[in-house]
Amino acid sequence: MSAPIFNSHAVWAIYRFEMARFMRTAVQSVLTPVLTTSLYFVVFGSAIGSRMTTIDGVAYGAFIVPGLIMLSLFTEGLSNASFGIYVQKFTGTIYELLSAPISAWEMVLAFVGAAVTKSIILGVLILATASLFVPLQILHPLWMAAFLGLTAITFCLFGFILGVWAKGWEQLSLIPFLIVTPLTFLGGAFYSIDMLPPFWRTVTLFNPIVYLISGFRWSFYGTADVAVGNSLAMIFVFLCVCLAGVGWIFKTGYRLKN
Amino acid sequence: MSPIIAITNLTKTYASGLAALKNVSLSINRGEIFALLGPNGAGKTTLIGIVCGIVNPSSGTVLADGHDVVRDYRNARYKIGLVPQELTTDAFETVWATVKLSRGLFGRAPDEAYLEQVLRDLSLWDKRHDKIMTLSGGMKRRVMIAKALSHAPDILFLDEPTAGVDVELRRDMWAMVRALRDKGVTIILTTHYIEEAEDMADRVGVINKGELILVEDKAVLMAKLGQKQLTLQLAQPLSVVPSELAEWKLALKPGGHELEYSFDAKAEHGGVAALLKRMTEIGLVFTDLRTQQSSLEDIFVSLVSAKGQGQS
Repeated sequence: MSAPIFNSHAVWAIYRFEMARFMRTAVQSVLTPVLTTSLYFVVFGSAIGSRMTTIDGVAYGAFIVPGLIMLSLFTEGLSNASFGIYVQKFTGTIYELLSAPISAWEMVLAFVGAAVTKSIILGVLILATASLFVPLQILHPLWMAAFLGLTAITFCLFGFILGVWAKGWEQLSLIPFLIVTPLTFLGGAFYSIDMLPPFWRTVTLFNPIVYLISGFRWSFYGTADVAVGNSLAMIFVFLCVCLAGVGWIFKTGYRLKN
Repeated sequence: MSPIIAITNLTKTYASGLAALKNVSLSINRGEIFALLGPNGAGKTTLIGIVCGIVNPSSGTVLADGHDVVRDYRNARYKIGLVPQELTTDAFETVWATVKLSRGLFGRAPDEAYLEQVLRDLSLWDKRHDKIMTLSGGMKRRVMIAKALSHAPDILFLDEPTAGVDVELRRDMWAMVRALRDKGVTIILTTHYIEEAEDMADRVGVINKGELILVEDKAVLMAKLGQKQLTLQLAQPLSVVPSELAEWKLALKPGGHELEYSFDAKAEHGGVAALLKRMTEIGLVFTDLRTQQSSLEDIFVSLVSAKGQGQS
């Protein structure tokens, strides 16, 4: 009996296994990010936002919704995808993945697919939570779904690379919390970069997160800090870089195989 | 019949410069139990790692049932099961979930009846809903075996399968290994328990410092290399070995009641008979005799130490 050309059983087994872990730790995986984001709405949207004027004609509480969803998508996407592969390295169970008749891309499809599913579930939950606090409108729902999906895939691929790269738990949390979160805060999650002085606005344009948040916000309210085409192009650049990174990892066996 | 595993000129040099395998060639016959012996750091686990896809070879080829483990890894790995040395398990998962995952990973459709049989055979069925972290070390070892068997492999690698396992479980595992062999599964095991290899293996390979020192049928190996000892219980004690028996280089045990004759099982055809005849001629009476053959462990130790001396 020959091995199948596409090992669908393996992809499905990994996907189901990862999703079962997600469901088993639902309080930590789902409730915590939803609660944290709700607190942002309460503090920035209701308490502080009620004293602020609108931005680009959008109430402040509603203005920050896309940025908060993106923040959650970035950090949770990175964490979920990196944890899935890192824990296999940490416990040593990765031997089974490496010795199984599964291709690199099937493995990525399973792990990243599960992480993307988790991230999108979270994004939708946060969106639903936001609708309880602020009046929402989504002008371009298909584009919103596209931005949500592409960003989730990109950051989950990034998370997979992070999980392979990390040698310890500390390194695992280094990128999400020391790099991505500050870049998101400084990337227009809570304000329009047009509110910045010209010099700092120019500097901020070097922050890649700006393009992701701006595009996503455009899908809600039709206003953007940068051209939507630039946002899409930036997402595709990230996606290609991450795909190339994953390809290189499996070609060289970097931190997976001796 | 073509070998089920064919390893040709396999070398592995790690980034640190350590040469773990040096031009190793080895064929494993279909349906046999092959024991790979060697001291710590000899290269056993690296060899298994390469065949199973966990370690990249530096050069050389490995065919598993005719499939190159690098170029045609999918078909090669499809046939292989591995029980690694370390107890690496998903501690928070149940036995059933982890075994199901393993079967899926190896491209098999779900088959609950088969998995139930595997778990029953390993006395794990009653523990199927338990989290692995709650199991004893011996039970975790059984889970590792169940995972490896979950896709019904044709080739099973057991890397130190009974390390840290109690005697009862060890015997259970030996029985299980024999049963698998009877079903046609080829088994390659590494072990520190020489008696395990002596008891179970059809052929034995000895590896040391990355080199395969020998591969031999176990019985032939023991016949070729085994030292035998003949001990004769004398009717009357002696103070010295009679000069008429000098050519046999006998040792007189303290007290003078026992004579010991050490001989090579292969080279000394006729030595025992000639000795007994000569003793009768000179009137030396013995009341009892016993022979003892050196174990595989003795052979292994002598091979490894001889190789070590040769290199030093």
